[in-house]
Amino acid sequence: MNTKRIASALWPIVPILGALLFTSGLLLLFDASPLEAFQSMFKGSFGDQSKTLSVLAFWIPLTLCSLGLLITFTAGLWNIGVEGQIILGSIGASWIALKVHAPNAFLQITLELIVAMAAGALWAALSAILKTRGKVHEIFSGLALNNLAIILTNYLISGPWQPPEGGTFRGTTPFPDAALLPRFAESRFSPLSLVFLIIALVIVFVALRGTFWGLKLKALGKNPFSAFLLGVSSEKEVILAMMFCGALAGLGGAVRVLSWFDSLRQSISGGIGFLALLVVMLANYRLIWVPFIAFFFSAVLNGSITLQLRTQLHSSLGGILTGLLVLFVLLFGDPKALGLRRKKEEQNE
Amino acid sequence: MNEPEFVRVLASIILASSPLIIAVCGETLTERAGVVNLSLDGTMLMAAMTGFVIALETDSVWFGFLAGAIIGMIFAAIVAFGSITLGKSAVAVGFVLTLLGDDLSAFLGQNYTRIPGPTVKHVGIPILENIPIIGPIFFDQDIVVYFAYILVAFSWWYLNRTQPGLRLRSSGERPDAAFARGISVNRLRYLYTIVGGSLVGIAGAAYSLDVKIGWSDGHTRGLGWIALAIVIFGGWSPIRGALGAILFGATKALATILQRTFPEVSVVAFNAIPWLLMIAVLVLVGSDITERLIMLAPQKMQPALRRWLRISPPMALGTTFVEK
Repeated sequence: MNTKRIASALWPIVPILGALLFTSGLLLLFDASPLEAFQSMFKGSFGDQSKTLSVLAFWIPLTLCSLGLLITFTAGLWNIGVEGQIILGSIGASWIALKVHAPNAFLQITLELIVAMAAGALWAALSAILKTRGKVHEIFSGLALNNLAIILTNYLISGPWQPPEGGTFRGTTPFPDAALLPRFAESRFSPLSLVFLIIALVIVFVALRGTFWGLKLKALGKNPFSAFLLGVSSEKEVILAMMFCGALAGLGGAVRVLSWFDSLRQSISGGIGFLALLVVMLANYRLIWVPFIAFFFSAVLNGSITLQLRTQLHSSLGGILTGLLVLFVLLFGDPKALGLRRKKEEQNE
Repeated sequence: MNEPEFVRVLASIILASSPLIIAVCGETLTERAGVVNLSLDGTMLMAAMTGFVIALETDSVWFGFLAGAIIGMIFAAIVAFGSITLGKSAVAVGFVLTLLGDDLSAFLGQNYTRIPGPTVKHVGIPILENIPIIGPIFFDQDIVVYFAYILVAFSWWYLNRTQPGLRLRSSGERPDAAFARGISVNRLRYLYTIVGGSLVGIAGAAYSLDVKIGWSDGHTRGLGWIALAIVIFGGWSPIRGALGAILFGATKALATILQRTFPEVSVVAFNAIPWLLMIAVLVLVGSDITERLIMLAPQKMQPALRRWLRISPPMALGTTFVEK
């Protein structure tokens, strides 16, 4: 009995080891030493202060999106469109940064953030309305809207917002300093964005734990039909949940353009939205784990970029490691479920 | 546009649509059996990469297609194992595999980007290729195209006119009734998920070996999702799915022609067309707009129109079935 309990407590290590072993195998295939690769990934994320700050700076929008996704997942929605909502947030913030000059930095940044959140929320609302009115599954509308958001960015960069020196696909002209979030020690990390993150964390925690709205979302996610019978308007809640997530993703997008970069770039989101979906899945849709897993993912991804610079190995290694981790935990994370299923099958035979 | 060019464009549309037709057929079989394999985008990327690399190393496109099919089967088997055996969400497993396939293909194919490799040979079908207009469009093509034709016809016949096809459909529509009649639903679901996956893999290899020759990062990115949308647009029928794939190919070709005609319009505007089309088409089949349009038609035509235009997903699509 006791050994069983220890085994089940230690079990989560198994899928993690599996992911590490698989990734090591891939590295060996390319004649790279796994130990050295993981070491240089670690150095790439925590080797010096600027690298650690980069991990933090990447972690913030990732966690913001993950928090938003907690709300949509609770309502039973697959908000794959989160990627596009980040991009629209970036575009919204860039629009203000480029075209509006407020009298002081406080007003300027406030306006940028509000427009970014509104843009993200509206983009998400499109997905929601397509679902409630057009009966289009949010996975498909979200995916199409992601691609349209990328196309919109490319259009803006190569067209109306193209820098005066000519049409490259690189990005817009850098924003004035007053339009950017104040950054810590010339890094990409803005302490102010950490404040936003903490506020968002508290709001999401309270919304899910202590409000009637959170309860309604849970009902909707667990069983849409009985929620409908109980008088939960699914349309209203779907739209609200999506817009809530869109606003947080939009805020994440604003942080991307106003602190990670200083202009609107071609691949502005950097896949953060998809990564955030993985974060929430690995966290088993629980708030408490989200910041930690997001931090780990941020470290792995930043590390793999350094790895590519050092060893010429493709930086997708970081994505492989995180993807495998989520897959293995998803499939084998719960030993009880594995055991139960097997027993049931035996009984059948 | 003179006639030969018109013919040439149509022939290129058929060629460009054929991998999509193959993928749509594969996913249609899977979904008709009741399983959603959402991993198409990642599967196709992995299969395109593997197919290209294997074909290059063995100097045989056939081994390339075989490798693509095996990759497709592996990905599909993971989806089946996760959703059928472990009872996890097929959407979650499929989505993770989509991202994983994208990254894995980029990593494993990193030394094979932008290099020439073997390609599928062009073969005209004797006699048929000499029919004016139709011949050059449909029968003076690559083997991939003929495979797509045969696959569509076979899938339709198999689904609608055979005993095994009936069993396939019953496990996707009413698994409990099927099980009561002695059909091992979950074993069938495994089978058709893997069969469908192998076709998706072949489709991926068809891109890197024929339609969009070679390999580069994200070579077929987005096309798997398009295929998934076309399955819905096609109302889970191989023939309508194939028409949807051709319609998609035609729209892309039209965009290229329009771009040449109106060079002053930004290139990026035309890139938006497939995605706008995807939303428009899904709204059209999903909402009651279609029903209202059907009501406008003459009374006699309405039942036929309804059969052709309305969609109804397999009733047990995406649900797990516990055999008791």
